[in-house]
Amino acid sequence: MNALLTLLKGDTSAESVVPRTGYTAMLTIACAAAMAFLAVFVLALALSAGRQAGDWEASLADTATVRISAPVEMAAVQAETVETILSQTPGIGGTRRLSNDEQALLLQPWFGSDLPIETLRLPILIDVTLTENGPDVIGLRQRLAAEAPGAVYDDHGRWRAPMVDAARGLRTLSLIALLLIAIVTGVTVALAASAAISANGQVIDVLRLVGAEDSYITRAFTRRFSLRTLAGAAAGTIIGLFAVALIPTVAGGGLASAVGFQGAEWIWPLLVPLAAAALAFAATRAAAARRLKEAG
Amino acid sequence: MADRSAIALNSVTMSYSDNTLFRDVSLQLAPGSFHFLTGPSGAGKTTLIKLCYGELQPTEGRVTLFDEDTGHMDRDAIARLRRRIGVVHQDCRFIDHLSVAENVLLPVTVSGGNVEAARTDMSELMNWVGLNALSDHRPPELSGGERQRAALARAVILSPDIILADEPTGNVDWEMSLKILGLLIELNLLGKTVLCATHDMSLIRQAKTRVSTRVLRLRDGAVELAGAEL
Repeated sequence: MNALLTLLKGDTSAESVVPRTGYTAMLTIACAAAMAFLAVFVLALALSAGRQAGDWEASLADTATVRISAPVEMAAVQAETVETILSQTPGIGGTRRLSNDEQALLLQPWFGSDLPIETLRLPILIDVTLTENGPDVIGLRQRLAAEAPGAVYDDHGRWRAPMVDAARGLRTLSLIALLLIAIVTGVTVALAASAAISANGQVIDVLRLVGAEDSYITRAFTRRFSLRTLAGAAAGTIIGLFAVALIPTVAGGGLASAVGFQGAEWIWPLLVPLAAAALAFAATRAAAARRLKEAG
Repeated sequence: MADRSAIALNSVTMSYSDNTLFRDVSLQLAPGSFHFLTGPSGAGKTTLIKLCYGELQPTEGRVTLFDEDTGHMDRDAIARLRRRIGVVHQDCRFIDHLSVAENVLLPVTVSGGNVEAARTDMSELMNWVGLNALSDHRPPELSGGERQRAALARAVILSPDIILADEPTGNVDWEMSLKILGLLIELNLLGKTVLCATHDMSLIRQAKTRVSTRVLRLRDGAVELAGAEL
């Protein structure tokens, strides 16, 4: 924060000693714009993946299913037994047996709407709603195995975990990509600053001759490069935000449909230009200090 | 406490690779003195001048500026010390995209001084060096003599105690040389210590008619006091 305040407060007298022109100026602005554009995308992806993982986890964590696969003559009895057991089990908020029509709807994506469901031997499915603490799953499974051998308690963990893991993995990869973008931006700005410092050897000689301390010479370059980066990153961020806003939304499309920013998340992309400027400030200062030390 | 000597070189040896420019040189410049430094090309005049403002460090020996050993100072400390020393080089270096006035003001700017006040007072200084009309020009637009005078104005704007001039008349005609010499003499009469490297004996003789000077000659790796032959 101090660095940013210093940057904003600035030292225009120091900055003016560095010529405004040079290929490093365009390189810095273009790099900052491109990196900010990418950063906005990756940020949107990271936030969306995190949000999706949370949603999936939350929506599935408070439900379970009991599947009863038993001979026809025993299935109804076992279903009633299971419902009784569930009603007596702490942590179970409610149960609801799925009707044949509901089961047909579940199978429809695979078998189509013309499926003669009455000809199939389908298991009985009981949708279970859990309370906040949930049941003692091991104890419940043991009791079901003893009293209703055809019943299987499924807490959705088997297929929920990979989905949540995938979303979390995507978020982690996005954050790594964000880190790489920051590193590349910092390195590029530092290289551009080094090149500018080398190209302005005479300026540095004159400044030293008239008694300029290293901090003054460093300020002359850091403010210039930080402001260039800020300008480039601001342009890249605006374009990136437009691009993210234009991503089409697909109802029920999962993660792909959810890439974007929601609510307070819009603050994060707005921080990209400031973060880029702070990064440029630090990178330029380090590059200048190194070059001045090498110059002796 | 008053400085006992503005600049002192104690047993200074300066070598580049295997080439020893001068060996075991000792000299002291008293405050308010005017010294010329002369000698053949390549004798080491510029090197000695650079030692005198901390641009170079001696291979052996000790250089003290205002009684402070430059060997024990970091770059920033030397930079701060340089604000008490005005330097004029033969190849006066400027920041070419700044105006002459902005270049002259640089020592005030980098030292965090009051630039606006200095800008107000600058007209007198630019008049003194005869460059008032060229204040808004860029350094590349100036002639050799004008550049030297602009460099001198820049060197004195902080009213330094010492003026180091390295061949300040090297690129100008005789008339301009006399003008620049006149400015250096004026500064000396104001109490500034002046060390001026030159190979122009006529200039030295001219100076001797107007002000008390001592002439140091760099020859064969040693500094000697030049005698009456001048």
